[in-house]
Amino acid sequence: MKPTPSQTVGPFFGYALPQAGGGDLAPAGHPDAVVVHGHVYDGAGDPIPDALLEFWQADPAGSLTGKPGSMRRDHVDGSFAGRDGVRFTGFARVATDADGHWALRTLPPGAATPGRPPYISVCVFARGLLQHLYTRVYLEPGTDPLLASLDPGRRATLLATPESPGVYTHDIRLQGDGETVFLDFG
Amino acid sequence: MGDPLTQADIDREIADIGAAVAKAVAAGEPEPERVTRDYPPYRSSLLRHPRHPLILTEEAEVELRGPVFGVTDVTDLDRDLTLHHTGEPLGERITVTGRILDRAGRPVRGQLVEVWQANAAGRYAHQRDQHPAPLDPNFTGTGRCLTDDEGRYSFVTIKPGAYPWKNHVNAWRPAHIHFSIFGTAFAQRLVTQMYFPNDPLFPYDPIYNSVTGEAARQRMIARYDHDLSSPEWSLGYRWDIVLDGPSATWMEEGR
Ligand SMILES: [Fe+3]
Repeated sequence: MKPTPSQTVGPFFGYALPQAGGGDLAPAGHPDAVVVHGHVYDGAGDPIPDALLEFWQADPAGSLTGKPGSMRRDHVDGSFAGRDGVRFTGFARVATDADGHWALRTLPPGAATPGRPPYISVCVFARGLLQHLYTRVYLEPGTDPLLASLDPGRRATLLATPESPGVYTHDIRLQGDGETVFLDFG
Repeated sequence: MGDPLTQADIDREIADIGAAVAKAVAAGEPEPERVTRDYPPYRSSLLRHPRHPLILTEEAEVELRGPVFGVTDVTDLDRDLTLHHTGEPLGERITVTGRILDRAGRPVRGQLVEVWQANAAGRYAHQRDQHPAPLDPNFTGTGRCLTDDEGRYSFVTIKPGAYPWKNHVNAWRPAHIHFSIFGTAFAQRLVTQMYFPNDPLFPYDPIYNSVTGEAARQRMIARYDHDLSSPEWSLGYRWDIVLDGPSATWMEEGR
């Protein structure tokens, strides 16, 4: 069957898709939690304040089963109830702020395939972007067929930079110098 | 900075791209099935699309799986956007329903569908929407549901109005409902817009026309279905959605 075409997420998704705590994937107070944060930039190098990032990853043991509860609703008044603070759902959603900045608080993913470096899968939406883009964040060095196929400059766009213990920076550039590697899964 | 960009300028750009596509199709190229990320008539796309080609990778164990959602993630009322306040919203009450399928035609079961839209006057309940049309205190315009075992979703809402958006002078969006859909694989993710049949604004809108294939554009338009209309209550629209995605998600059984 022919696919339904994509259209931009537009400027007004902000009251529908992101939720408070959407980037807090790690259970509350978890000792292994790490922060990955950065900006999203356009082709002029300007930050994008109306982008939406989604993250999907294995749990620390490498399981991709996932769990419900990323978007828990309050069944009494219909409001957003937040995560339950216990279950690791594998999914997070964060809108960039007015500075084009985002932050994810998560647990380091385990290897979905033994011997391959684990990564966090990222889906990028934005006003002006007519179809979402997929990329990845690798927290630890390693190699797999994708990383090995890229020249060092482009490969670096997929590798998070350690900033301080438990904190990584990672910028996403939609176009131009240092353009992030975006993926097609065939 | 030159003269303000007019609808005639945009019409010319849309027509030029359309003519180039028609010429390629006449020369034997397939008609485009997907949207064009680099579509200059939509000015915001200029600096927001990659210039490098996407990197093809079949090593996608993470992306071939996806997040799961459950009954904790929605409430029974979420699918009826007319019930989210104490009073009835203004406008034309409609139901929108259809099935979500993968490219092999299999239903996408138990997945999250989210919608957001302007109210009947064409105004979003969003601080940055300053279109001087009234807000409706009884309408926020967001909804969600999980697909059933046949891949069906269903919403009750108000027909959204057209609205202006400043891409160029006198730019107006055709009426639309924004949809966000999850497949069983993260690589099947879709965010799109559902349009209404016979909208007179279609030829003028760069976002709608960023899908340059006519057959593909038609797949974004819901069908009025009189059997879905409810006596003394609402008008019915049907819109089926087919999720794109890597061949691994539709060639292989059992995912
Ligand atoms: Fe819109």
